[in-house]
Amino acid sequence: MENKLKEPFMPPIDRVDGKLKVTGAAKYSAEYNIPQMAYGVMVGSSIAKGIILSMDTKAAENAPGVLGVITPFNIEKPAGYNIETSGNISATKKGFNVFDDKLIRFSGQPIAIVMADSYERALHAATLIKVNYKKDSFQTNLEKAIPVVKPLEGNAFKDYTRGDVNAWKTAPVKIEAEYNIPIEVHNPMELHAITVHWETPDKVLVYEKTQSLMDTQEKIMELFGLKKENVHIITKFIGGAFGSAFNVWPHAVAALIGAKQINKPLKVVLSRDQMFMNVGYRPQSIQKISIGAQPDGKITGINHEAISMTASYQEFTEGIVNVSRMLYDIPNVFTRYKIYPMDLSLPTWMRGPGETTGAYALECAIDELAHALKMDPLKLRLLNYSDTDLEKQRPYSSKYLKEAFEIGSEKIGWNDRHPEPRSMPEGDWLAGYGMGSGVFIGWRGGAQVGARFTADGKLLLQSAVTDMGPGTATAMTKLAAETFGISPDKIVFEMGDSSLPPGIMQGGSGTTSSLGTTVNNATLSLKKKLFELVKNKAVFHTETIHDVKFEDVVFENGQMMLSSDHTRKMSYSDILESAGLDNIEFIEETKGFNNVDYSTYAYAAHFVKVLVHPATGVIKMEKIVSAVDGGTIVNDKTARSQIIGGVVGGIGMALMEEGVVDNRYGRWVNNNFADYHVPVNADVPHIEALFVNKPDPILNPMGSKGIGEVAMVGFAAAVANAVFHATGKRIRALPITPDKII
Amino acid sequence: MINFQYLRADTQKKAIDALAKDASAQFIAGGTNLVDLMKKGVTSPQRIVDITHLPLKQIEKVPGYTRIGSLALNSEVAEHELIKNNHPLLSLALQAGASPQLRNMATVGGNIMQRTRCTYFYDTEMPCNKRIPGSGCGALQGYNRMHAIFGASDKCIAVHPSDMCVALVALDAKVLVSGPKGNRRIEFEDFHRLPGNDAAKDNVLQQGELITGIEIPDHPFTKNIHYLKIRDRASYAFALISVAATLDIQNNVIQDVRLAMGGVAHKPWRLPAAEEFLKGKKVSEEIFREAAKIAMNGSKAYEHNAFKLKMAPAAIIESLKIAAKLD
Ligand SMILES: Cc1cc2nc3c(=O)[nH]c(=O)nc-3n(C[C@H](O)[C@H](O)[C@H](O)COP(=O)(O)OP(=O)(O)OC[C@H]3O[C@@H](n4cnc5c(N)ncnc54)[C@H](O)[C@@H]3O)c2cc1C
Repeated sequence: MENKLKEPFMPPIDRVDGKLKVTGAAKYSAEYNIPQMAYGVMVGSSIAKGIILSMDTKAAENAPGVLGVITPFNIEKPAGYNIETSGNISATKKGFNVFDDKLIRFSGQPIAIVMADSYERALHAATLIKVNYKKDSFQTNLEKAIPVVKPLEGNAFKDYTRGDVNAWKTAPVKIEAEYNIPIEVHNPMELHAITVHWETPDKVLVYEKTQSLMDTQEKIMELFGLKKENVHIITKFIGGAFGSAFNVWPHAVAALIGAKQINKPLKVVLSRDQMFMNVGYRPQSIQKISIGAQPDGKITGINHEAISMTASYQEFTEGIVNVSRMLYDIPNVFTRYKIYPMDLSLPTWMRGPGETTGAYALECAIDELAHALKMDPLKLRLLNYSDTDLEKQRPYSSKYLKEAFEIGSEKIGWNDRHPEPRSMPEGDWLAGYGMGSGVFIGWRGGAQVGARFTADGKLLLQSAVTDMGPGTATAMTKLAAETFGISPDKIVFEMGDSSLPPGIMQGGSGTTSSLGTTVNNATLSLKKKLFELVKNKAVFHTETIHDVKFEDVVFENGQMMLSSDHTRKMSYSDILESAGLDNIEFIEETKGFNNVDYSTYAYAAHFVKVLVHPATGVIKMEKIVSAVDGGTIVNDKTARSQIIGGVVGGIGMALMEEGVVDNRYGRWVNNNFADYHVPVNADVPHIEALFVNKPDPILNPMGSKGIGEVAMVGFAAAVANAVFHATGKRIRALPITPDKII
Repeated sequence: MINFQYLRADTQKKAIDALAKDASAQFIAGGTNLVDLMKKGVTSPQRIVDITHLPLKQIEKVPGYTRIGSLALNSEVAEHELIKNNHPLLSLALQAGASPQLRNMATVGGNIMQRTRCTYFYDTEMPCNKRIPGSGCGALQGYNRMHAIFGASDKCIAVHPSDMCVALVALDAKVLVSGPKGNRRIEFEDFHRLPGNDAAKDNVLQQGELITGIEIPDHPFTKNIHYLKIRDRASYAFALISVAATLDIQNNVIQDVRLAMGGVAHKPWRLPAAEEFLKGKKVSEEIFREAAKIAMNGSKAYEHNAFKLKMAPAAIIESLKIAAKLD
């Protein structure tokens, strides 16, 4: 028997930790206080490239309350501390190991940690450090780097070709355009923070903001040569991360080293400006897209070339151009992806990594093509709809993008729009409609879940996962309640602790698929165990059923009963009692799924209406409908919140987010919330989040494909296309700020 | 951040004396600007003198004037019946600034005295003549999207960030000042200054002088008013351009008019030539266009703010149109 979610689905449940969050009782990594704890403040370099000749730390060391200052000049590597910097590693694979050398690779690079008995004293002492640099010339401007810097080489940068690369050129209708996205920064509300407590010289307790307990644990084990059971990571709550909390970033390593050196628990919290250069960002990109089509709209060829960036000391790649290989049914495809090493800090995954960047360009280009063809952009998309994955040459396990188009376009009133650009004035404003589609891979990794069902009818589930906001514990609670047949308030899902059975990282929209499968399997195992305990009981034997099989029973409302006769039943508690057991306890493990026969993707169809004030350039988001094919939706309430969050991120990307570096200094100029704008409530209209809610038959027993990433993919294009429809102006460089409209 | 002394003044005289004797002392009111600057290391007063306990919170009508104490909160002023009825332009401008939380802390005096938001002023690793005279202007050849198009010098191209002050300069307000040498009444127009060769000085206030309040003379501008603020998001952002416009219209003829802009200069920027031009004219979009053109005389853009040369006149026209109810 498979443990499938069946209709009628259980109604959605509230966030199980909602009350803790809104009352301030939820504890984040910066909120743990340990007796004797000290505070660390990171000092960043003021130059972009060069070498530190000397550092004068005397004044800082002598400042009141200071317990220690660590720099590349005085670092005492802890016993076992082990970093790979020698040998034949290429420059862009070396990485940056804090305090390991005197080289400066980017402005703001951590060059010291100052530790004191109070945060304020550490902060003040940090200002007393004097640094003497030898400056080198540097490159932080991607456009300027392209002609003079060599792009990275390797497998990630091989061109992709399908069919005739020149097909688009010879097509009767064609468009060519270049799209620019500046650096964007995750900027979660919660600052990155770590609290370290070395309980013994080789045993450490770490409260860290991380999306992956297991990876963080492993990295710290490796770095400090520790045993697994001696590295204990706790992340009970995360105030947003969006991809910025996978790495063990330099400040975290500095905190680990620092705490060891001063032999006290130590807390390090980054400041907002440090968040811009120490925990990754979405790298800038320049994308060229060329598409050729028949006059009837059938696309014959596409060429998608992307240029992006990484740090000089480490490679970071993402699948920017992949979306053009599979989203449409195009026989001839060429894609190219190049990245240039820059004298900036390391970029990293940011919501919908790669796809968000690529789909912005692709979905704008499709809109441009529709305009060139004088065709409805939705019709053009349907005409070139792909029914099989042409890149991987295999069918989709499920694809309901058409259905998403249908419900989304219906809800926004797509067909009532007047197709001509600049044809829908509303008073002094110009109205415009735009759409964009999103796609993101669905996958499933392995995970373990501990289960303990007790005679009082309560189920405790445990797994070492973290939740950066989607509501993992809530979804897992609902899933367990639904599949085990008990009320959600009888279930506790415990997580955020590396000593629990190893779960999965939170990212790439894989948590519900991976962890959910294990939870699902756990409740199935539990049912089987209950069944085994009482299958011989008389109550389950009828005239026709002598040898009751698992298939003959159902589990509902805390009771096991015969499918054929619901009066023949036993409550779960009675089952345990009759077997003389207080509880059933086990660890469920599910291996990852190697999806070889099918391609699995989640899809989004974003529709927006904007109002543009042509004289002043002001843009208002007027209506938003995002229809998502994420397979079965496990908990509608939290799922809707995910779409809303992704869309708000998309508004920021489309209209306001832009990381600005002054290339004369290689230094950030808008590294604060007053100058780096993210949407405020007044920018966000009601967001209609709709789900197709049809199961994927392959990926996992729930039928869910993941929704967190796809919520943002394609959204910025919908806005840009709507601005074009409103004004007749194509703005190909994000963000679309008022100055670009007038 | 360095250690500093905190002193709470219980009389005006003690507050003034504390500053007059100590060049490194500063007043603190709502603290919404000063504390940020201290945290960033932009300013490091050795002593801060808390003036919030002084009796300077009144909002009252006196013959010929409305008087507002310098410690009245931005939110109180914006919502006060007297202000809403007699000086609605001021209410609108205040509500366009910052966020409700900030307006609940920010005072009238602090708003007038707030420093520029130029990012080069804020980053102590960057050159800035306002922060360190002689170090150069980082913005001049740097990222200057938010910067001035009027009255700048090559020493400083920063703008004054206040919304409230744009309305006050339009309404011919006076700044009431009390100092070691007695009291002064300064025309709002003359209070803030252009950078010239001395970018460090935002205004004409002397060390030790305390703003005690403002006075707004009675005026007929209560019906045809608008404060237009163009910014990168719908709320909680500083102005790219803002325009305070108010008209006294009788029989479709403009009897009197006040126009001022924010986000364009080192001080709230009154537009006297455009006002002169509009006086006595019949209301029409054409004359608003003309006036906007006149207003832009002498404007000058830098690498990233050329858009302001287009956005500013558009905003003037738009604001006048809305004020005149021309739609
Ligand atoms: C995130 C953010 C967004 C903002 N957005 C806007 C905006 O959109 N529009 C806008 O207009 N403003 C905005 N502001 C600025 C805000 O209006 C000012 O911070 C506020 O008005 C300052 O008032 P305060 O009482 O807090 O001043 P404080 O911070 O207490 O003082 C500021 C300065 O004024 C001096 N001072 C204070 N009172 C007196 C006095 N009576 N006499 C002499 N000197 C005095 C102090 O010594 C100090 O130098 C924003 C601020 C922040 C932090």
